[in-house]
Order: sequence, then C-alpha cells, then structure tokens
Amino acid sequence: MARQRIGWEAISFRAVMGGLAGLAVVLLAAPTVVVLIVSFTSGLSLRFPPPGYSLRWYVALGDAGQLQFAAWNSLKVALAVTGLSVVLGVSASLAIARSQQASARVLDALFMAPLVLPALAFGLAALMLFTALGVGVSPMTLTLGHTVVCVPFVVRNTVASLQQLDPALLEGSASLGASRLYTFRRVVLPLIRPGILAGGFICFMASFDNIPVSLFLRDAATDMLPIRMWQDLEGKLDVTIAALSGVLIVATVGIMLVMERLTGLSKRIA
Amino acid sequence: MSPAGFDGRLAWPLAAFLTVLFVAPLVLLVGLSLQGGFGNYAKFLGDPFSVSVLGDTMRLGGEVTVACLVFGFPYAWLHQRAPGWGRAVLTLLVLLPLLTSVVVRTFAWIVVLGRQGIVNSALQGMGVIDGPLRLLYSEAGLVAALTQVQMPLMVLPIIAALGRTGPDLPDAAGMLGAGAWRVFRTITLPLALPGIVAGCLLTFTASVTAFITQSLVGGGQMLFMPAYVLQQALALGNMPFASAISVIFLVAVLVVVAALSAVGRRVRAYG
Repeated sequence: MARQRIGWEAISFRAVMGGLAGLAVVLLAAPTVVVLIVSFTSGLSLRFPPPGYSLRWYVALGDAGQLQFAAWNSLKVALAVTGLSVVLGVSASLAIARSQQASARVLDALFMAPLVLPALAFGLAALMLFTALGVGVSPMTLTLGHTVVCVPFVVRNTVASLQQLDPALLEGSASLGASRLYTFRRVVLPLIRPGILAGGFICFMASFDNIPVSLFLRDAATDMLPIRMWQDLEGKLDVTIAALSGVLIVATVGIMLVMERLTGLSKRIA
Repeated sequence: MSPAGFDGRLAWPLAAFLTVLFVAPLVLLVGLSLQGGFGNYAKFLGDPFSVSVLGDTMRLGGEVTVACLVFGFPYAWLHQRAPGWGRAVLTLLVLLPLLTSVVVRTFAWIVVLGRQGIVNSALQGMGVIDGPLRLLYSEAGLVAALTQVQMPLMVLPIIAALGRTGPDLPDAAGMLGAGAWRVFRTITLPLALPGIVAGCLLTFTASVTAFITQSLVGGGQMLFMPAYVLQQALALGNMPFASAISVIFLVAVLVVVAALSAVGRRVRAYG
C-alpha cells in the first residue's frame, strides 16, 4: 500500500515537473526557430508557415543602407564601450576582490548599482547632466553612458575569477623575487583571462543591444541598430528585419560557442 | 592594500567615473524633480491615471515573475537531472535569449502572435476559431512574450543554487521513504530558495524596466512607467515631471529589491 502511494507520487511529480519543463523548453526555443524559418520566406508578409522559401530578404539586406549604417554605429560604440569597461572594470576588480575592508563592499555596491536601477531613468538623468555641463550629445556621450550600464558585467565576472585565485600563487611568485607587475602579467592575468573575456563579451552584447540609454544620449546623426529595428517594427512589419534577426541570431550563436570554448561561459553566467 | 596584493587605489578610476557619470546625474534628477517643491510628486500621486500606470507596471512585473518561476524552476530541475549532453543543450537554450537582442526576441513574438501568425494559423487550421484572434496588443500576449524574454534571469540563479546543493540530499530522502512531493517540498525547494529569491529579484526588475517588448507586443493602449517617462521627457519635453516619475519609479523598484533582498538574507540565514 505504502509502496503504491510512493509510486503514484513519483509519477505525478515527474509528470508535473517534466511537463512544465517541456513547456519551458518550447517557450524558450520556439520564437527563435520561428524567426529563422520566416526569414527564408519567399512571400511579402510574416505569414507562418511561409508560402515558399527563398533568400530574397537576405539579399535585400545588402541594399538596406540605413540598417547597415546603424549596425556600423552600434558596433563602433560597443567596441569602444567594451575597451573602456575592461580597463576601468578589471583595475577596479583587482582592488576590491578579496578585500575585507568595508570600503571595498561600498565600492562593490556602487559598481553594481547601474544594473538594478532602471536604465531609462539613468539615461534621462545623464542627458540632464550633459545639458547642465553644456556638453552636446555625441558618440562620445553615448559611449560614456553605455559604459556606466555595461561596466558592471566586467566587474562581476572579473571579481568572480579573482576570488577563485589561490593566494599561495601570488605569495610564491613574490617570494621567488618577481615584482608585483611581473606577477600580475605572468600569473594573475593568465588565470583570470577567461573571466575578463566572458565579462567583456556580455558587456559588448549589452552595449550593442542597449536602447534606453541610447534614446537620450545619441545625436540625430547617430542611428543605432536596435533603435532603428524597433522603429521599423513600430511602423511596418518588415520581412527585412526577419533576415537581419536571422543574421544576428547566427552571429550570436557563433560567438557564444567560441566563448564557451574559450571561457566556459555557461558556468560563469550561472 | 587587499590581501591578494593589489593596491586599493586601482578602484579609484572607476569610482570617480561612476561618481561623475552615475551618482551626479541621479542627484541632478532628484533635484530637478523637486523644482518648485513637491508639486510634481503631488501631481503624480494625486492623478488616478498616473497611479494606475505605476500599479499596472508593478502588477505586470509580478505576473511575469510568477510565470517565470512556474516554468523556470522545472526547467532548472530538468537541467540538474539531465545527462551531460542534455545539460549542454539546455544551457545553450537558456543563454541564447539572454544574449540575443531584445528587439529580435520580441520580433519573434510578433510572428508567433500576429494575425497570420503561428497560433492563429494553427487554431484556424484545426477549425477551433473562424477569424484570427487578437493576441498581439493583449495583456496575455505581453505576459507570454515577457516571460520568454526574461526567463533566463530566473533559470540561471536557480540552476546555480541546485548545483550547489547537488542531488544527494533529495536522493537520500527518497531512499529513506519520503514521497517525491514531500522531498520537493521539504528539501529541494528550501535549498533552492536563495536562487529563487535572486531569480525573482532579477526577473522583476528586468520586466518592470523593460519597454521594447511592452511597446511592440503591448501596443499603444497599455502604458507602463518607462514609456510614461519617455512620453513626458521626449515627446512633451516636460523634464521636471519626467524626473519626478523617474524618481517615483526608481523608489518603487528599490522598495521591491530591498524587500526581496531581506527575504534572501533570512533564507540564507536558515540554510
């Protein structure tokens, strides 16, 4: 009797958990798969399933000058943001990781704060600051604003890899006569490089995809890709956007796989 | 100097950078919102429409968080129980939406929910409905889309929490005769609570502050706080009122974050 009850329990538990997990898998995967399929449509609309298949919308991307211009802007800004974030973030991580001082905890909270606060409120506030200082919006203000909201990703990942570093390695290196800089270059840096790479990658993606800060801090001449796509979609449901989404999805998966190999990305993010 | 042998001064450049470009702007924002006293705050709090926008935003955040938990926890559980290759696939599947552009993720939902989209085609094909349903621009559609967009933020901390405790304790309890539901209720769930709290915190803040999905899937009829700020600031140029809305929104988010963090600390104290 007791055994039977346990059997029923196990079955019902597995059915509920497995069923919900299965739905979650479909929910997570389906939209991406659907966009990839629709992007190969031969038709003029986003009908699913497509009436036929062709590469016409990918070809059309070659002539989409506005989208290319916006993509180029986003890429340039994201690269500058990543560079700046890595320099500022890694240096700050070295100072606060492992430190027991109260000041380090305060700094850690400051460095992570941009992640919690609504980015849109920050964008508005930053615009007010630049206006008050008499600095016009430009790609420079855009880069600075993006860096504020993207640098936490670098700090978080670098601090995590520094915390796993064995202090005996540093002491050993120092006792063998290595200077602090030499120890950093030859011992610390190689060990935390995967953490920096993972943080830099997430930082890059966050900047490339940022809309709330860009809305306030870009000038009229600087069209950014996510904003361009958003506005195109508000106006008309353009199949070119599906092809562009296809390109972005494939590029993301590609970089993700490379980063997984280099840094074990999945273990870092979880 | 920290015990790792690095100079604490290395943190100064970033601290200075964020003080000038993050703290100072927020101080300015609060200052501007107080231009002419508390008038802008009184205007917001005395206006039933504004208060309902705040309420709608918080309710939407709550709904999405609950939906993410209901689907995300079993997903994390499956991830822990899956064999090596299955785990890799599940990890990739949850990371992909996190790293693809939010516009692309939302665009996918337009294709799924649209008049000629996959749901309407399927239902019409089966003869369940005659004409296409209006799924786009409905709150149910918006919650579904946001759930998919934000679910990784719920799943990843729970995966980490389940990974820390491992499958041994639940397995041992099962061998000692506890039923599957009882093991879940008394062992798996309590041990995963820190991850659940962290996941709820991330999902909630991300869904209330998001606005692309709201604008594309929700359409113009539903107004939430971020779009309200945008409307007042960029369309109407009413900066002091936009600042006051931002500050109220910020405080509301911080209250929820503080409450969840307090729950998180208590939960960790028990563990």
